[in-house]
Amino acid sequence: MAEKLKLQEVEVWDGNMAFAQAMRQAQIDVVAAYPITPSTPTVHGYAKFLADGYIDGEFVLVESEHAAMSGCVGAAAAGGRVATATSSQGFALMIEVLYQASGMRLPIVLGLVNRALASPLNVNGDHSDMYLGRDAGWIMIDAFNAQESYDLMLMGFKIAEDLNVRLPVMVNQDGFITSHTAQNVKPLQDEVAYKFIGDYKEVNPLLDFGKPVTYGAQTEEDWHFEFKARQHKALMDSKDTIENVFKEFESLTKRKYNLVESYLMEDAQVAIVALGSTVESAVQAAKNLRESEGIKAGVVATRAIRPFPLKEVARALKDVKAIATLDRSAPGGTLGMIYNEISGAMYQSDNRPIINNYIYGLGGRDMTQKDIKEIFRDIKRNADSGKLVTPLQQFSGLRGPKLSFFN
Amino acid sequence: MEFLGWDQLEAGAVIPSFEDKNSDIVKLKQEERNYAKTNSYTASVADWRVFKPVFNKDVCIDCQNCWVFCPDTAIVARDKDMLGIDYDHCKGCGICAEVCPTNPKSLIMFFENDDNDTALSQWPEKKKKEK
Repeated sequence: MAEKLKLQEVEVWDGNMAFAQAMRQAQIDVVAAYPITPSTPTVHGYAKFLADGYIDGEFVLVESEHAAMSGCVGAAAAGGRVATATSSQGFALMIEVLYQASGMRLPIVLGLVNRALASPLNVNGDHSDMYLGRDAGWIMIDAFNAQESYDLMLMGFKIAEDLNVRLPVMVNQDGFITSHTAQNVKPLQDEVAYKFIGDYKEVNPLLDFGKPVTYGAQTEEDWHFEFKARQHKALMDSKDTIENVFKEFESLTKRKYNLVESYLMEDAQVAIVALGSTVESAVQAAKNLRESEGIKAGVVATRAIRPFPLKEVARALKDVKAIATLDRSAPGGTLGMIYNEISGAMYQSDNRPIINNYIYGLGGRDMTQKDIKEIFRDIKRNADSGKLVTPLQQFSGLRGPKLSFFN
Repeated sequence: MEFLGWDQLEAGAVIPSFEDKNSDIVKLKQEERNYAKTNSYTASVADWRVFKPVFNKDVCIDCQNCWVFCPDTAIVARDKDMLGIDYDHCKGCGICAEVCPTNPKSLIMFFENDDNDTALSQWPEKKKKEK
């Protein structure tokens, strides 16, 4: 039986340690992993807990990330609690198996420490890997700091394994800015954390020899569509479970999570919509601008990226006149994902704010307070003019001549 | 099989082999098992076969080689008595004919459209040992 760790009321952890500790407390049956920067310390930390006698489960070091996710699929189908962590190129190599995991409705939890995708090769943080996975049928949640990484990793298991959900969950945090920055984290004690998640509940386990089942069957045009529709419905319906788990977690810890997080939005006229650690930076900039320039600035962030909280995000932005959507991923020939999602949401609402798009922070380029304030001033001009006076898509924090598109 | 709607399917395309939970399934013969309707036991999954093995009972010595080697459990045998081919599952790979040790062979591959009785009437003679 694994040893328990006595934790301080406040621990100093970086995002990776937050992931590793939450994974330890979840008493996972199988972790199959292949470490990659910047998520290596998550896997390393978990392996150290195992070596030091704090973990009972199996830990399989495999030959690639494709094998890591394949191992997770096998173990989850066999009927156990399963998790892994990865980043960037490793995540890209997992992609094929990510679709298998969600299609087979296996509640695997993946800690994704966001990093740029090559080429050029880059180990620093942006959201290219996160965006690459957004159609894979996984629940995608985003943590903006180490505390949230810990909390959401714990909640990830509870959401994924809920009998109404049974879908894999991807918990995102920013590479380096979150994953390698030591911050104050208030953890739960081991027993409390495990009790919150609860025991694993088996559904059609392969190891039940009295009821043999086939996983990964072939379905062609006469069956495939129905299975994918059912899977999509489960993902859409998972919203209720996510909200319930958030509520349960709040009553345990007093830490409140929402499908859509709003900051300074009560009287905001302009808003930034962003993900990851940029959310906290944007809140700081908004506070400063409110004091120094009287700009009624606010920030909105989608805690849940999939399922996309379309109505909730429209509600959060119902009174603003202009929105800046910030995408930290090369858009590949169109507008950024957040721009498209937010525009789609607002088009279905009564409010029709002016929306523009900023590509920023690729390959770990810092998003500075100066950059964010500039964006707030931009959209203040859009709001005051009542029409788009900035380019529709701009690059923020880029050297060289100003780059913009859809002018 | 009935085409079910999206709301009637087992999540994750997980396909049960049997209708009931049964820990002694291994002791039941195939025809005694309560196969699930999603199981391919009752379905024909061999319509793309081009060559088929034809079984000649007169030559067979019931050695079970074909039963052991068949990759699709399409050899029907009971109590080590070779009964024939399950043409709903045989894909026509020819392994059974290849591993058959009798002289002449008890399993020979013919074109799918050949008549089995005609095939049996054309069965080759025993080959003489070459000295």
